[in-house]
Amino acid sequence: MYTDKVIDHFREPHNRGKMEDYSAIGKVGNIVCGDVMWLYIKVEQDESGRDIIVDISWETFGCTAAIATSSMVSDLAKGKTVEEAIAVTNQDVASELGGLPPVKMHCSALAADALNEAIHNYFIQEGREIPAALQERHAHIAKEMAQLEERYAAFTRKSGEKPRGCE
Amino acid sequence: MLIPYQFGRISAGDGMNNKIYLDNSATTPLASEVLEAMTPFFQSSYGNASSLHSTGRDAHKAMEQSRSLIAEHLGVTPHEIVFTSGATEADNLALLGTALRTNGGGHMITSRIEHDAVRHTARWLATRGFDVTLLDVDEAGRVSAQDVRKALRPDTLLVSVMAGNNEIGTLQPIQEIGEICRERDVLFHTDAVQAYGKVGLPMDVIDMLAVSAHKLHGPKGVGFLYVRKGVKLAPLLHGGGHEGGRRSGTENIPGIVGLGEATRLAFAEKEQVSARMRQFRDQLITGVLKLPGTRLNGHPTDSLPHIANFSFEAIEGESLIMKLDEHDIAASTGSACSSPNLEPSHVLVALGVPLSMAHGSLRISTGRQTTSHEIEKLLQVLPVVVQELRDISPFKVGG
Repeated sequence: MYTDKVIDHFREPHNRGKMEDYSAIGKVGNIVCGDVMWLYIKVEQDESGRDIIVDISWETFGCTAAIATSSMVSDLAKGKTVEEAIAVTNQDVASELGGLPPVKMHCSALAADALNEAIHNYFIQEGREIPAALQERHAHIAKEMAQLEERYAAFTRKSGEKPRGCE
Repeated sequence: MLIPYQFGRISAGDGMNNKIYLDNSATTPLASEVLEAMTPFFQSSYGNASSLHSTGRDAHKAMEQSRSLIAEHLGVTPHEIVFTSGATEADNLALLGTALRTNGGGHMITSRIEHDAVRHTARWLATRGFDVTLLDVDEAGRVSAQDVRKALRPDTLLVSVMAGNNEIGTLQPIQEIGEICRERDVLFHTDAVQAYGKVGLPMDVIDMLAVSAHKLHGPKGVGFLYVRKGVKLAPLLHGGGHEGGRRSGTENIPGIVGLGEATRLAFAEKEQVSARMRQFRDQLITGVLKLPGTRLNGHPTDSLPHIANFSFEAIEGESLIMKLDEHDIAASTGSACSSPNLEPSHVLVALGVPLSMAHGSLRISTGRQTTSHEIEKLLQVLPVVVQELRDISPFKVGG
């Protein structure tokens, strides 16, 4: 069901692990729902003053597809300007991996969302004006997360577990 | 490497040669004795058991020998064994066959941890005018017999509680539940797919019991429902009136013979194989629980011998299965990510296992072919792959 490329990225993921000197972090997903991704970006200005993602890494709790998409999204964003990185979609992530099983497409959305959230946080921290597209997607991610938590509330009836993952 | 089967070109692949197969609750490899027993019934004794000629009579005789052998091992009469396409059909026949005998409506009791063959059938009946009570389980996954007693109503038609759970192995108090049902004159059905041939079954209090051959080193596509004499079921399949009118369709003779041989083998080896499995299970429990951030799901001792289910903090089960697969070890998980509907295991949820831990579950199930070397290999590989996944997880163990 997984392409060879997905398996390759799962076996040898790129840019894995925590980053200490990050500029911003994007946290998406929820452990109760099964996938959590924390994506770290380090942003520096180049000589022409453009914001470049000079380093990127991630920590992921999730399935094969979640780990492979984490790896892929980090490849796609590394070395790009933040504007270019904002344009990375979940479709890009999935197609670069040679496709994902339909039921796993949400994992590629999670990866693209984490990137979006990291950049969103970076803009906030820097006190910059947030581009409309970025803001819109940020709102959409928050809304989807709330829906997911509601859906999973039924499963935690007995354990009384609290969702944790994104703050 | 398994070569995909290509129609028109026989290519069986080299199968499981170097693989450590610890997913025997999903299915088992066919025992050589079973294959040998089945082989003549494909090309030599290929008759239709309903035919009058000797080719047909040979097939019929083999089928009845299998039926008698199974009945003998269970201490029941041959006529009480109804061959089916497997346990899903057998469970459906028990529940739907009971429901269809009514004028519509009535009450059924089952548990929250049943196999989908019972669970989804009961759920469907609930949409068709039947009342269904779902019994909770304790944290080890046990139904309380007293809860069954409390749930009984004057219009209760059937109680269905599995003998041993397929995900966590926990045994159910089916003797007590059966006695309560007998007292109240209510039918008692049990899905014994995982328990058959491994633990004793209190047939004197069971009215219906479902079994599948392929969980027992037999072939896929065959099983049976034991139906106590006097229990009336409406058939689900109408046709030539096979199986005493309870299940029409030309009998799967090679499959039925395979089921018979698998039964013979399982009962002949029962004590020896179960003792070995139990030893492996204990070894697994000790070995896995030594690792930080782990838990056993299910009952530590009151369990089927061949199933052990664990959870690992901070990692997700589907990726754990894929990591083990890299090391040629096959196991399974109750993780949501591994299920087609992205829902976590209903069994682990019913136990009250936190979802984060349910996502990180691993089911190890042994078979008669499992060796101690394989268990040791798993216990060597497991800490390594668990650590690899924890290294890239945002969650820290104990945190």
